[in-house]
Amino acid sequence: MNIDLSRRSFIRLSGAGVAATSLAAMGFQQAEAAEAAHVRDFKLATMTETRNICTYCSVACGIIMYSKGDLAAGEKADLIHIEGDADHPTNKGTLCPKGAALKDYVKAETRLTHPRLRKPGSDRFEQITWDEAFDKIARAVKDDRDANLIEKNADGLTVNRLTTTGYLAASATTNETAWATWKVVRSLGIVGFDNQARV
Amino acid sequence: MTNSWTDIKNTDLVVIMGGNAAEAHPCGFKWVTEAKHHRGAKLIVVDPRFNRSASVSDYYAPIRPGSDIAFLMGVIRWCIENDKVQWDYVRNYTNVGYLVREDFGWQDGMFTGYDEEKRSYDQTSWEYELGEDGYVINDETLEHPRCVWQLLKKHVDVYTPEFVENLCGTPKDRFLKICEMIGETSSPTKTMTSMYALGWTQHSKGSQNIRGMAMLQLLLGNIGVPGGGMNALRGHSNIQGLTDVGLMSNLIPGYLAMPRETEPDFATYMSTRGNKPLRPNQMSYWQNYGKFMVSFMKALWGDKATAENGWGYDWLPKLDIAQYDAMRMFNMMKNGEVNIYFCQGFNPILSFPNRGKMTEAFSKLKLLVVMDPLATETAAFWENHGIYNDVDSASIQTEVLELPTTCFAEDEGATVNSGRWLQWHWAGATPPGEAKTDVWIMSQIYHRIKALYEAEGGKAPEPIMNLSWDYADPEEPTAAELAMELNGRALTTLYDATDPTKVVLEAGKQVSGFGQLRDDGSTMGACWIYAGCFTEDGNMMARRDNSDPSGMGVFQQWSFAWPANRRVLYNRASCDPDGKPWDPSRVLIEWNGEKWVGPDIPDIAVTAKPREVGPFIMNPEGTSRFFSRKLMRDGPFPTHMEPFESPVANPLNPEMRGNPVARVFPDDLATMATSDEFPLVATSYRLTEHFHYWTKHNYVNAVNQPEFFVEISEELAAEKGIKKGGRVRVWSKRGQVWAKAVVTKRIRPLICDGKTVHVVGIPIHWGFKGAARKGFGPNTLGPFVGDANIETPEFKAFLVNIEPASEGLA
Ligand code: SF4
Repeated sequence: MNIDLSRRSFIRLSGAGVAATSLAAMGFQQAEAAEAAHVRDFKLATMTETRNICTYCSVACGIIMYSKGDLAAGEKADLIHIEGDADHPTNKGTLCPKGAALKDYVKAETRLTHPRLRKPGSDRFEQITWDEAFDKIARAVKDDRDANLIEKNADGLTVNRLTTTGYLAASATTNETAWATWKVVRSLGIVGFDNQARV
Repeated sequence: MTNSWTDIKNTDLVVIMGGNAAEAHPCGFKWVTEAKHHRGAKLIVVDPRFNRSASVSDYYAPIRPGSDIAFLMGVIRWCIENDKVQWDYVRNYTNVGYLVREDFGWQDGMFTGYDEEKRSYDQTSWEYELGEDGYVINDETLEHPRCVWQLLKKHVDVYTPEFVENLCGTPKDRFLKICEMIGETSSPTKTMTSMYALGWTQHSKGSQNIRGMAMLQLLLGNIGVPGGGMNALRGHSNIQGLTDVGLMSNLIPGYLAMPRETEPDFATYMSTRGNKPLRPNQMSYWQNYGKFMVSFMKALWGDKATAENGWGYDWLPKLDIAQYDAMRMFNMMKNGEVNIYFCQGFNPILSFPNRGKMTEAFSKLKLLVVMDPLATETAAFWENHGIYNDVDSASIQTEVLELPTTCFAEDEGATVNSGRWLQWHWAGATPPGEAKTDVWIMSQIYHRIKALYEAEGGKAPEPIMNLSWDYADPEEPTAAELAMELNGRALTTLYDATDPTKVVLEAGKQVSGFGQLRDDGSTMGACWIYAGCFTEDGNMMARRDNSDPSGMGVFQQWSFAWPANRRVLYNRASCDPDGKPWDPSRVLIEWNGEKWVGPDIPDIAVTAKPREVGPFIMNPEGTSRFFSRKLMRDGPFPTHMEPFESPVANPLNPEMRGNPVARVFPDDLATMATSDEFPLVATSYRLTEHFHYWTKHNYVNAVNQPEFFVEISEELAAEKGIKKGGRVRVWSKRGQVWAKAVVTKRIRPLICDGKTVHVVGIPIHWGFKGAARKGFGPNTLGPFVGDANIETPEFKAFLVNIEPASEGLA
């Protein structure tokens, strides 16, 4: 994680202690301050903060994700809240109506959770294992490539071109995913290769 | 973007045309507000709708969808006529003085060399005249009838204010007021920024729309300067990165070209890429092409790439046509020529035109593999959803695999914003169920296919066997490992070219910039423009120091911007020919007598003396181009072309339909309509509450904008008897949709060529999956034709009809 000591982390580190003293400073009587001290801690103070970037448009607003559990420490992490990163030069903590509801996307009911297969002519998906999915893909691609790869053109020049399998890549993935994808797709000879920049 | 979001605060005038930043890029639009508030900047919006950006503009003008080139050429004409030209800039930094070949010409809206049969130009004449020294001939007086300046003047002459009014439907007084406001930024101390998006790209001549504005910006001296530039706002969070890394049919990472089959070996491939300077002393930076290409091949094939085997050149696929772009693939699919298709985080059933054709195409696949965090319409294209997806599941024989992937919150790596900042992000949530990262999935696919080739043999196994896959865990390379490859490293120890005793970089160390890449196989680097992003000093993309000592919005220590951490491209042009900033109050770089210094990284060799080397270092001329030579298929100047489906004829050539060199597949021409049958102009757009077809899966966004609608004027509603909020049917020659009618004052009928032209606005965000109500999108209706240069579909101007519909299902 990469959060330097910033306005945000200052609030987190100082936690509920500051809340009680500042309540007193703001003019609360002792009794009320004591009462306030019983109020449970600021909920997010116990969360793990992770810096991320909004996944929607290319303004690329900085966000802070709050999770229960620390993924980096090998724990299970449950996303609780997302807010704008106040230290980010572009958005300075603000988010638009899309960014403000990012958590809903991560937790959408229609998130996919298991590999599924729809058989020819069927009207439903059925759950399968990753192994079954990969075996099917590898078999199909190998067979298609062996049958249809154009190794040499009419002039006898090596062209290693496969046009019967195509690939659309995702413009919301990372550069690193993109590079791994490029390598695999081109090693197969695929030329029908595009991303959302095309639309 | 040539500049960055935070740089917009330095501008004096913002022109939003071909986009709607307040709606679609809200947190970036804040920088427009900032410029207005702190600098007194003005905002002009030109759009068919009085949109959200228009509502906070200083001046607004309507325009007919698909007529932007005429408007922009009209502004250029006005600026020339009224001497609103940044002369020092234009004379020194552009190609205005260069002579063009004698056989170049222009007539009836067409350039020389048109071949109707091939739907393309023979571009031979679209070239400079070269002198005996091999350099282009320059006429500093700008008086030669064949110099670019004189040709430009002649080219724009037809675009008078009256012509613009008649064609674009923009009232003449509004057009002239905008010309005046824009003309003021020809002052060396005033700048204008252009903010555009899909409103300019989604046309059959989208690239020429953008060139039109780029030329205007050159005329005003607004490229390379703070608060200026051509700023593509860009859609997806990493659409820039995916293009940088070359995930397109014709690309290799770093904007290198996939080889064509006319280039049988590496030497032939390189022979046309020497990029010799066209003017004395110029850097012509693409002369380094070989260093970038060989380093890329070393990253791809590792030790297997050698000088003897042309760095593994044979193993790269070779194209026989310009590109197998997505629309070509869908057309081939429809013809039964594609068996397997992968959709990784992409929902083409909702995003490409002529949905009926798309469904037919996908139904012919043997296997469709969808990798996505969400349940997409594409993965379920075979599901019957009544009018929303009216298919017969039993008759669709395609096998579909749907694979769950992680989303941003569960994955680590860099995405590139519109301003070319590579911002690293970290994972902070456990993926749901069995969802996996795309890198893991790609690794599994690769290993299993490789294993089959090992076990069974098969056709051309070399590219698969020889692919470099050098990761600690081959099953799942880490983001850091992949990023380090994108940056590049020395494979053997590098010595100084002039002093062989001096070590530049030891073997195994990360390069610090693309200047260290070599063409002898001693370096590897997958994407030369990213060199410097992950060096021996660590991951530069993870930097989060938001200090900005100059106050210019540069943020040099925040993440990493390509190339070379430069924040404003062409920033050499922010200074006069002697190296003094045009505006001393807005300095990015300046010449201090010995070198270039300043808050930004100079876009020129730091010791390159002023007046010797031109600012546009990537071009062999060293200057920027009003006349673009052979670089675009549809002309060296932008010329007005109507959309393929248009309510009026092209006044330059009434016979011409759409873009005369745009690719049209045979079956598709029959599905294109004329205005007799379909008199209304449809244009697609986005809403601030939604992102494409994703946020309809979210409750909050689905509540904010629950239902598909179309937007029409009060006049059209009255004419058709459509009530506010009533149900309507909208149809084109290709399909039909049902929607709620939003009747507004934001769209007004336009008068073009004496006719009343009505515009129908169609937002894009609905389908049959997710939390929002089921609906449609403009892709059911749009024509299957794309831009002549890059094949982006023409979603912003096509023809439809509309009528009231009864409530309830169709
Ligand atoms: S919060 Fe809104 S403006 Fe910012 S990146 Fe996300 S979608 Fe774009």
